[in-house]
Amino acid sequence: MARLATTTDAFTAVADDRRRALLDALGTEEGTVGELVDRLGLSQPQVSKHLAVLRAVGLVSVRTDGRRRWYRVNGPRLRPVYDWVRSFETTWNNRLDRLDDVLVELQTMEEQT
Amino acid sequence: MNDTVGNRYGSAVIALPSDTEILVTREFDASADLLFDAWTTPELVARWWAGDRGEVTDAQIDLRVGGRWRWVMVANGGFEVAFSGEYREIDRPNRIVRTEVFELVPAAAALSTVTFEEADGVTTLRILGRYPSQEHRDAALASGMEGGLQTSLDALEGLVRPGT
Repeated sequence: MARLATTTDAFTAVADDRRRALLDALGTEEGTVGELVDRLGLSQPQVSKHLAVLRAVGLVSVRTDGRRRWYRVNGPRLRPVYDWVRSFETTWNNRLDRLDDVLVELQTMEEQT
Repeated sequence: MNDTVGNRYGSAVIALPSDTEILVTREFDASADLLFDAWTTPELVARWWAGDRGEVTDAQIDLRVGGRWRWVMVANGGFEVAFSGEYREIDRPNRIVRTEVFELVPAAAALSTVTFEEADGVTTLRILGRYPSQEHRDAALASGMEGGLQTSLDALEGLVRPGT
């Protein structure tokens, strides 16, 4: 199967576990490359490379403050990934809620016998 | 009917424990025995497996190791969705292991482990799907979406929509 470029969209960008770890490490805070290197135990070139991919698809934005560059997660860009998993969850919830109804009815029948 | 009906609606949790797995977890106020029955009796499967997305038209269950199963629903959009496979392990009322093929994507065969764990009148259902690769896992996630898209938007109304 041909692989899509990592910078195609949010899905390909988060397919790599180190990039997911980067997003987790940033969380809701701003962070510098140096902080991310310390937190994740990756090399500086690795962190920079993965940040570049995340920036290319808009998952991370950057702000320059003097000589420092601050990175931050751009939450809304994760939305398609969230929605996608969420719709699977909706399907299963819908199904298991019906199972719940069936079980309640079976229990009621058991109590009556 | 008792007054707790619906208390646990919408409480299923989906997790992706690894790149090739999907785990669905949900609790029920019922015994493991009843849950096991609901998963292994055709007439009962027919009543819940389609959810509100359609009608179950077939639920074949040959409940023995090596026995086949095939569940079919006609979704509200009119198209047929069929899953089938083979039972690999049956341990009433604790555990069912079976292969699972979404017949529209036959290459994406999964190994599905369904467990029922009862404690203090509450049974935790866990459905762990293991796929041959991340691509197959992701295809399975997308198959859930297909069902979602075919149904009315009502089901989406309750979703949290933070931000834009």
